[in-house]
Amino acid sequence: MTRLTITASAIALLAATPALARDQVQIAGSSTVLPYATIVAEAFGENTDFPTPVVESGGSSSGLKRFCEGVGENTVDIANSSRAIKASEREVCAAAGVTDIIEVRIGYDGIVFASGIAGNAFAFTPADWYKALAAEVIVDGALVANPAMTWADVNPNFPAQPIMAFVPGTKHGTREVFDLQVLEQGCQDSGAVEALVALKGDDAAKTCTALRTDGRSVDIDGDYTETLARIASNPDGIGVFGLSFYENNTDKLQVATMNGVLPSTESVTSGEYPVSRPLYFYLKQAHIGVIPGLKEFAEFFVSDDLAGPDGPLAAYGMVSDPALAETQAVVADEVTMQ
Amino acid sequence: MSLLAQDTRTKRRNAAERRFRRYGLTAIGISLAALVMLLTSVFSSGLGAFRQTFIHIPITLTESALDKSGTRDPDVMHKVTTIGYARVINAALAQAIADNGIVIDGLTDDDIADTISKEAPAQVRDAVLANPDLVGQTVSFSILANGRVDGYLKGRVSLESAAIDTKISTRQLALADAMQDKGLMSRDFNWAFITAADASDQRPEAAGLGVAILGSLYMMLVVLCLALPLGVAASIYLEEFAPKNRWTDLIEVNIANLAAVPSIVFGILGLAIFINFAGLPQSAPIVGGLVLTLMTLPTIIIATRASLKAVPNSIRDAALGVGASKMQAVFHHVLPLAAPGILTGAILGLAQALGETAPLLLIGMVAFVREYPGAPPEGFFDPASALPVQIYNWTQRADPAFVERASGAIIVLLVFLLVLNATAILLRRRFERRW
Repeated sequence: MTRLTITASAIALLAATPALARDQVQIAGSSTVLPYATIVAEAFGENTDFPTPVVESGGSSSGLKRFCEGVGENTVDIANSSRAIKASEREVCAAAGVTDIIEVRIGYDGIVFASGIAGNAFAFTPADWYKALAAEVIVDGALVANPAMTWADVNPNFPAQPIMAFVPGTKHGTREVFDLQVLEQGCQDSGAVEALVALKGDDAAKTCTALRTDGRSVDIDGDYTETLARIASNPDGIGVFGLSFYENNTDKLQVATMNGVLPSTESVTSGEYPVSRPLYFYLKQAHIGVIPGLKEFAEFFVSDDLAGPDGPLAAYGMVSDPALAETQAVVADEVTMQ
Repeated sequence: MSLLAQDTRTKRRNAAERRFRRYGLTAIGISLAALVMLLTSVFSSGLGAFRQTFIHIPITLTESALDKSGTRDPDVMHKVTTIGYARVINAALAQAIADNGIVIDGLTDDDIADTISKEAPAQVRDAVLANPDLVGQTVSFSILANGRVDGYLKGRVSLESAAIDTKISTRQLALADAMQDKGLMSRDFNWAFITAADASDQRPEAAGLGVAILGSLYMMLVVLCLALPLGVAASIYLEEFAPKNRWTDLIEVNIANLAAVPSIVFGILGLAIFINFAGLPQSAPIVGGLVLTLMTLPTIIIATRASLKAVPNSIRDAALGVGASKMQAVFHHVLPLAAPGILTGAILGLAQALGETAPLLLIGMVAFVREYPGAPPEGFFDPASALPVQIYNWTQRADPAFVERASGAIIVLLVFLLVLNATAILLRRRFERRW
């Protein structure tokens, strides 16, 4: 008899699946933006009558993919991204009916190169990274597999430390910035681009960003904590981190300069430090007014109290946007992307 | 040839046996060593999470800062954000330091403010909004200390590491020492670690497992309510009633196969069926529970069928012989005798489901959730986290204090698993019958 009641209640439970209205904002996306989004979500839940938004991570690409699944209560309202949305992703979005997207730039993030606290100090240029990590480089006019084994092979000023780099995997937005601002830049600076174009034609850029696969460059698909753990167990390792992650772990990591500039919120703001990228979140206009607190959350996120230079996000390591007022206007007026 | 002296063949056989025993001992030794290593690393870094550093100070809740209107109306007082409360707390701490005669060279107001957790303003604000009459009084509070200060008291942060750490200074550590001497700061048992919700990267000291434990509990309830009756019904039919033919063989093979399917596959299925097709909400324990039900069903079916098979046929024959129907024979005699085995299987299935993360990844439960889900049944549809998910989340956070939290959460999960497995063993010991 008791089992009958259990079964009956289980069936009743299944039958009683009403389309409950969602009352909290749902966010997915970049693991770089995740800490900022959680800080804002926490403060939003604390200081307003709306429930704390739910924030998922998983990377910019997977977040935007979820975002573009469609419009409705069982889809996410906001996608965090550490890069701008691509035209191809917008097509996927449009095909699923997600057309009115508001792009909100919340600030900037520096990308830093750091090694274990006990290791050698480095002063990199993008060209050094290109020469160290490219799969194929030009030696005596011919394209050969990268022969560099130690950093001294790359630049005689460096110590003879074996090359061991931990770079973000391709699902991370950080990787795209690394490809563009470090590898392609280094490819150009070192003059390799002209030689590559002469040798291979127009797809020189692809050759510039193809990383070596002989184990000296390791793709990290997890988070920066994984990169940190790899460096802790491998003293020769040099990793790519977000500025805010480094700022939280200055007792374990020493940071390298890039083009002679030490990364800091100041040097990223002024543009002196060359490797940085804007951070975004994308918002479905169709959900404003349907999901309670959505617009309020977006406005709260970009308010001076939070995203401004004295706010908690800057304290955590985000570089605040000098043009924050424009972003605030975009959110207030619900200006969608064209 | 003597009976007492062994011949070479016997010696060889005995040597082989001794070798085999040694292999067995080595195998056990290796697995024990691995277990000890795992437990030592988890416990050494995780036990700290159960104790937390608190600052005990009187805070003067000034009316001009917290209730300008003077109406004591919570709706009006809502307008004062945590930023306003932070100023009041910072001033109170600076006052308490001065009152106790603590002097530290070069200590700035920012240094003092940064020893307090970012959670403290919310703590005080909640207390004031719950009881507006506190405004105007001086009230003693125990507020959380910053994660780095907490780390110093637990030995995770040292004077050497603080010297190169941008998030804490040696002056602040000197202040922490002085405050401990004066009794303003102490380490107490941290109930909040079990009951509080998750916290953002800026406040590892406030992060707790409350939402995750509740989410896991809800999912286990769903699994128990669905997987047990479905699994038992399916097994009774297959074992006692179904004809043996090609179809039942096919079903049998499929069930055995399902038990070996990687759990992430159930997550993909859950996303496609329960969220995209059935329109159930994301991040909800009901969806997690349904997915885990699918995953646990084969385990329960296999265990149930094994225990039904173990009931001797003579019992069925005797029941049928005195005129019971087939169904009466099964429900009155076979099922009660098989119940301990069924329950053991169900509990082991639950334990497996409790530790599962992968299928939850795709249905949005691997998330930062701070709101407690409501009471069931509505609560099944509210967003929640789960214990293994919380561990996974914390290991990804930048602040080193989260390492301790993650290990602490592993300890809690291990305790739950231990309780479940112990119950299963106990049930088997108490009620199992052998023939």
